[in-house]
This record gives sequence, structure tokens and C-alpha cells, in this order.
Amino acid sequence: MMYTAAALAILITMGLALARALLGPTVYDRILSVNMFGTKTVLLIAVFAFLSGQTDILDIALVYALINFIGVVAVLKLIEQGNFFTSGEKDEREVESE
Amino acid sequence: MVLDILSWIFLVAGGLLGIIGGIGIHRFPDFFTRLHAAGTTDTLCAALILIGLGLQSGLTLASFKLVLIFAFILFTSPTASHALANAALHGGLEPLLDDAEEEAGS
Repeated sequence: MMYTAAALAILITMGLALARALLGPTVYDRILSVNMFGTKTVLLIAVFAFLSGQTDILDIALVYALINFIGVVAVLKLIEQGNFFTSGEKDEREVESE
Repeated sequence: MVLDILSWIFLVAGGLLGIIGGIGIHRFPDFFTRLHAAGTTDTLCAALILIGLGLQSGLTLASFKLVLIFAFILFTSPTASHALANAALHGGLEPLLDDAEEEAGS
């Protein structure tokens, strides 16, 4: 019973995070809410693992926690430099030299 | 029996904290305040819920996985928040320093 309560609370939080993702004025708000949504998904999988009794799917939650972090950092790099292939230093020097 | 009550408390506290973080994201006026709300509640809500689940599973492989998940969230969530704030500042997003109403009034 308590698992359903925890799962419900997590679902509400995910809904709020999604709402902020849609409303968010700046792109950083959207990344923030996607990041929060990701960590809540990890918790939802963990709670569901105990809800259904199969604790093997905790590995999925583990992998999702890592992928979520990497995804957030990748999107930040994409936004900051506009592309994935250039490394950061060159752009800084160009900016300073102008 | 005591364990059930304890994990009840942890799970409900974690869920409520998550909801508070969600509300905090909507209530705060500026990106950096929202980042503060989301960042802190993320990590602590994960901690509470994972401890609540860990109490239920006792000393098994599942609780070890839960500890691993908690360790990763403990390291990655603050780092992601830092990277986000850093990118926002670098991207030219100025934090709201004075009161929102005053700024709207002036």
C-alpha cells in the first residue's frame, strides 16, 4: 500500500516537472525539469521494483540514473557551444580575441 | 512491524519532499531559485525513498543495488545542478537580484 502512495507522490512530482518543462521560459528551465524528471523516473522504477516484488529491475534504475546525468551534461554542452564536435577551449579564445 | 512503520515514514516523507520540490519549481520567480528548489529536493527525496525501500529489503542484493543507486544520485545530481548553473551563467542568464515586484514596479 505504501509503495502505491510513494509511486503516486513521485508521479505528481513528475507531472509538475513536465509542466515546468512546457512552461519554462528559458531553455535552462527545461533542462532542469528534464533532469528532475529523470531522477524521479529512477525512483519510480525502484518503487515499482518493490511494488511488483521483482527486485531485478533495480539495475534498470541504476543505468537510468547514469544515463540521465550524461544526457543532461551532453545537452548543456550542445547549448553552450552550439555543436558537439568542437572542444570548448577554442570558442573561449575566439570570444576573448574579438 | 517497526521496520514497516519506519519505511512508511521514509517513503511518505520522500514523496512529500518530491512534491514540495515540484511546487517549488513553479513558485519561484527566477531560474536559479528554481534550480535551488529542484536540486536540493532531488537528492534528499531520492535518499529518503531509497532508505525507505532499503528497510523493506533488509540485507539482500536489492538493498545493495539501492545503496549503489543512492551513491550515484548523490554524486551526479549536485554535479548536474552545478553544470546547469554554470552553463546558465555562461550563457548570459542574469540571476534576479532584487525583488521581482520592485523590478516590475520600477
